[in-house]
Amino acid sequence: MPTIYIDNKPYEVKEGKNLLEACLTLGFDLPYFCWHPALNSVGACRQCAVKVYKDEADTKGRLVMSCMEGVKDGMRLSINDQTAKAFREQIIEWLMTNHPHDCPVCDEGGSCHLQDMTVMTGHDYRRYTFRKRTYKNQYLGPLLHHEMNRCIQCYRCVRYYRDYAGGDDLNVFAAHNHVYFGRDKDGVLQSPFSGNLAEVCPTGVFTDKTLKEHYTRKWDLTMAPSVCNHCSVGCNIIAGERYGELRCILNRYNGDVNGYFICDRGRYGYEFVNSENRIKQPIIRNRTGEAASEEELMRSMGTILTHQKLLGIGSPRASVESNFALMQLVGHDNFYQGVSEAEAYLTRKIAGWMQTGSIRSASLKEIEQSDVVVVLGEDIWNTAPMMALAVRQSVVKTAAAQAAQKTNLPLWHDAAIKEYVQDQKGFLANITVAGSPLDEIAAHQQCLAPDDIARLGWAIAHELDASLPGVSNDESLLQQAQAIANALKTAKNPVIISGITCYNESILTAAVTLATACHAKVGFALPECNSMGLALMQAPSLEKAVDRMQREGDSFTVVVLENDLYRNISATLVDDFFSHCRNAVVIDSLHNATTEKAQVLIPSATFAEGDGTLVNYEGRAQRYFQVFVPAEGIIKESWKWLWHLYLLKMQAGNGHDHYPNELLEKLESVLPQFKGITKSSPPRHFTIHGERIPREPHRYSGRTAMLADRNVSEPKPVQDNDSPFSFTMEGFKGLPPAPLIPFFWAPGWNSVQAVTKYQEEPGGSLKGGDPGISLFKEPTQTTPLVFHEIPEAFAVRHQKWLLLPQYHVLGSGELSSYTKALQELSPQPSIALSAEDLQGLGVEEGSSVQLKINGTSCMLPVKIQKGLPKGIALVAAGLQGSPVMSWGEWGKIDGMTNGGE
Amino acid sequence: MEKPLTQHINLQQPLSLKEYEAKGGYSAVRKALKMTPQEVQKMVQESNLKGRGGAGFNTGMKWSFVPMGENAPHPKYLVANADEMEPGTFKDRLLLEGHPHQLIEGMIVAAYAIQADISYVFLRWAYKKAAALIRKSIAEAYEAGYLGNDILGSGWSLQMHLHTGVGRYMCGEETALLNALEGKRATPRAKPPFPQISGLFGKPTIVNNVETFCCIPHIVNNGADWFKGLSKSEDAGTKIYGVSGKVNRPGAWELPMGVTVRELIEEHAGGMKNGYKIRGILPGGASTDFLTVDHLDVKMDFKSVAAAGSRMGTGTMIVMDDATCPVGFVHNLQHFFAQESCGWCTPCREGLPWVERILLSIEKGEGRTEDLELLQMHAQFLGPGNTFCALAPGAMEPLQSALKYFRDDFERHIHQKGCPY
Repeated sequence: MPTIYIDNKPYEVKEGKNLLEACLTLGFDLPYFCWHPALNSVGACRQCAVKVYKDEADTKGRLVMSCMEGVKDGMRLSINDQTAKAFREQIIEWLMTNHPHDCPVCDEGGSCHLQDMTVMTGHDYRRYTFRKRTYKNQYLGPLLHHEMNRCIQCYRCVRYYRDYAGGDDLNVFAAHNHVYFGRDKDGVLQSPFSGNLAEVCPTGVFTDKTLKEHYTRKWDLTMAPSVCNHCSVGCNIIAGERYGELRCILNRYNGDVNGYFICDRGRYGYEFVNSENRIKQPIIRNRTGEAASEEELMRSMGTILTHQKLLGIGSPRASVESNFALMQLVGHDNFYQGVSEAEAYLTRKIAGWMQTGSIRSASLKEIEQSDVVVVLGEDIWNTAPMMALAVRQSVVKTAAAQAAQKTNLPLWHDAAIKEYVQDQKGFLANITVAGSPLDEIAAHQQCLAPDDIARLGWAIAHELDASLPGVSNDESLLQQAQAIANALKTAKNPVIISGITCYNESILTAAVTLATACHAKVGFALPECNSMGLALMQAPSLEKAVDRMQREGDSFTVVVLENDLYRNISATLVDDFFSHCRNAVVIDSLHNATTEKAQVLIPSATFAEGDGTLVNYEGRAQRYFQVFVPAEGIIKESWKWLWHLYLLKMQAGNGHDHYPNELLEKLESVLPQFKGITKSSPPRHFTIHGERIPREPHRYSGRTAMLADRNVSEPKPVQDNDSPFSFTMEGFKGLPPAPLIPFFWAPGWNSVQAVTKYQEEPGGSLKGGDPGISLFKEPTQTTPLVFHEIPEAFAVRHQKWLLLPQYHVLGSGELSSYTKALQELSPQPSIALSAEDLQGLGVEEGSSVQLKINGTSCMLPVKIQKGLPKGIALVAAGLQGSPVMSWGEWGKIDGMTNGGE
Repeated sequence: MEKPLTQHINLQQPLSLKEYEAKGGYSAVRKALKMTPQEVQKMVQESNLKGRGGAGFNTGMKWSFVPMGENAPHPKYLVANADEMEPGTFKDRLLLEGHPHQLIEGMIVAAYAIQADISYVFLRWAYKKAAALIRKSIAEAYEAGYLGNDILGSGWSLQMHLHTGVGRYMCGEETALLNALEGKRATPRAKPPFPQISGLFGKPTIVNNVETFCCIPHIVNNGADWFKGLSKSEDAGTKIYGVSGKVNRPGAWELPMGVTVRELIEEHAGGMKNGYKIRGILPGGASTDFLTVDHLDVKMDFKSVAAAGSRMGTGTMIVMDDATCPVGFVHNLQHFFAQESCGWCTPCREGLPWVERILLSIEKGEGRTEDLELLQMHAQFLGPGNTFCALAPGAMEPLQSALKYFRDDFERHIHQKGCPY
């Protein structure tokens, strides 16, 4: 480890870092703008200047930009040198010549990197007496607000948007002090990762437009560490509330998972919490005055529970605790997964393989660091967006690493690396049914039918290991396979990515076999935030519950947990299911088609109002914490309700409250596959120096005044018995353990950039390790996981189409669709066919066709999907108004809709 | 006195390839192709030819950093920087419009020396006449087999293209030029890596000034010693010097390296016009420090001008007379530099417009005493190393020396609340 001298004191630093990284790692406050740990150095802003000296005798030294200078053993530098300090202050004065003095009305105020850096440099007096330049702002869509006058031209936005996220509709225009960052004309930013601009921008040029609707300063937010519940990746987020309303979602850094960024569905999909469609009061139907008190509810439930058989429908979007509590209430044999048979079967398979330990899941960080990625079948751009962003980084970083090796350029030197790299890319093979935006950066991309994707997977595996079965007599397939296999042969950290949305088991077995053959890690994208947690319970599917109900019927009371069954299986089946059950008890947070069927409706907390644990696609159990106590209604976490009901049923209630930890301990003993889950965060009694961790930053301004319009006496703050947090600003002021970080703040660092103070080093792990506990252990069996059944090549069927779902990154989320802004960006439901099929049907693009399967049918407008193989129909899935189909089965399409039937 | 660079200059009717060949043209290409690339590099290095674009770096040395041999990355590139936009500078124009084949010959030899595969002439957009001539000359060279595949049976191939810029001063900076050539914004790149290692499209690249290339054929034809012998000073060769301002005969002349400022102004430019005296001299273009009448006997070579506190730059001087307001003069320059800043780094983007506005307000009689401190601060903080490239430091050279030599003028503006000129 090199030693460098900072203001004459020696420090050990890591090799290969630049001086700015070294100084920040050591805890020094050194201002910067254009540098970003995820974007590295370009030397544009000149803010991070320090003095560097030739040797001990050199007293003059020279100014260098610390982000552009690598550490060298014995190097001497000064942060406190007067010239360096004066220069850094001068940079701020220059930036301020045109920056508006509008902090009081700026959304960034109070969490602004420019404010922090201004204070840090000491600049306080304006000498520039001339007029400021002004710009016209642009309409960038419903997610981001644009205020160009505040721009300090750090170039981070375009570097993030274009280089990191691969967008092409944001750019820098004009020159000298007229430089402009925006689109070529007003319009919606196209990247589904655009929201990160609000955090990447060091000032208020790009700000969260949904926050603007109900604006609150950072210092007035009540915040808690949370986990995104809009896909299976499990990005860590911070959710912020004020006055009973969820105001915003911010990224919560987790070095292993999402790093610095989240996708737009994750950032903006929170508005359902504030929806008017919320269930706030227990409802007992078929009586006068449906709204019930908690006592009435319990009384009514008491009768049901003691006299009737129970059947429970779990949910992939409910926490592990809630699903387990339901399982306890209804009994193991009466608990069902609550997803279609196809989905339940495949997710259980994946969970089962993972449990053997024979194949290992790749975290997002491991995907980013992989040198060869092969995607088999899954459109991760739309089903696990941050996984797609990680794949993009793999492609970029592999080329950068190669360049660094060839040229001795340091990896942090982004500009130089990019010039050298030009169009070179790491190896990505993106094999999907209908293409994806990742194709642009893929060395090898192809659209194939699911069975053919599986066959290609087998063919690659055979190239790597001749003892595995091969796919004979398909020349073109073999050629493709060889090209991909060659890349895998030399790969050091390959990753195979797949998922279940092709509804094809062969793709998964091919992916697993391929991963085994090349010692790759796997990333299997799953449908929901807790699909893995639910699958680990190894319960039967929803169809099985329907079957049972048809068989045994009538005597059952069904308890449905946070699940709109109509989104999982066909309406006919669900209707039939409810028609057979004696009573339907539904626990959910929002009214939907399923809650309509409930005789008893119990209001559950959303992620923001409750505690829980989710298991992401890789088997990482992550805890999310309650942000706030709902101001009105009787809302509790589902697990709390269910546990009350369980105790009621067992007549074991002793008046004590029960806590998530107890529930998880019980889970560990009942279902050993969940062993370790209690360790995903410190227990509820955890304190530091006897203090709890405050959910509010210490500048919180409103605590004593919040209710002053109604009541001048300050009520006792709500106590939190479930977690180590307080609902106030009082408590421990230092760094909490990584799973318990409610917000990033450090003295002098009010913006999100404060995260550096919580990390081992910029871009590294959080101090004490990144949160989350892997439930999958080291291999328990040594036999490699390989399969041998290769499907026949896909054959088009006469007048039938293989039905597959087509998801949309912003439109397909059940909960996120309650955000108006996302709804606006969601496509309309449609059915996509190949151009040839469309011609065969004799219909025009845009006209409606009738889709028939298993006795159900629907009408949808048809569009051409480039690349889609013949004989496959992609049906928009998950959108509001999208039909629910038996995916992976064959349906009929009737194009002659103009007839006189 | 030998004038190798300008002997064949004809601004009415430049030599065609055939006419040039009749006068010995392209013999340097033939000769060089019989040498090894390393021999050509060595010869140029020994000639002590220094870059004529302004920085004065040894040309052969610059080439020597290009990776050579079988494992060298390809394609390698060679670029002629013909984006002549330094205010007051017009020497390359003379060479481009008067004798384009000399440039092309020099480029071919240089390209051979570094084993380049593709070459570009990056030409200032406003040089329309030069563009037409270069286009025609390149076509002639292709036809004669000096460009294209397997040149003169040597097995070595070179393509050459003309690229006209869109008129950004920034493109005179070689890395910004490369970005522009790649179709990107004309912002400079960080060095290292130098273009010799990672240049155009990330490949080894040499960028030289037009005049530098024009010297090459003569060095190859006549030898390094001959080239050194042309000079009156340490720096080898002849130089195209220029003089503009209120002199009797403004113009450009090829002279031995190291003539004095006095000789240039008094003999070649015919002295000052009647009624005007020399007040200051920018010896090498707008981005060099002022010299004064005290420096008339300074030799115009890289070392001597530096010793006098300025830079030789392009060697084309601007003479400021005693009837011209130094504040207005410098304001005019800063207006140019502020406008030509690419907008990449903070000090240049924000500092230069501030300087420009302060100077304008002083010129208009609205200046304050503290403005001089602000100007001084900019002169210091926009210095080399503090900004991303040399544009702002260059801009500060005339300002800082004006503050030194003409401070009285600035103060008079402020105290009299107006321009005394």
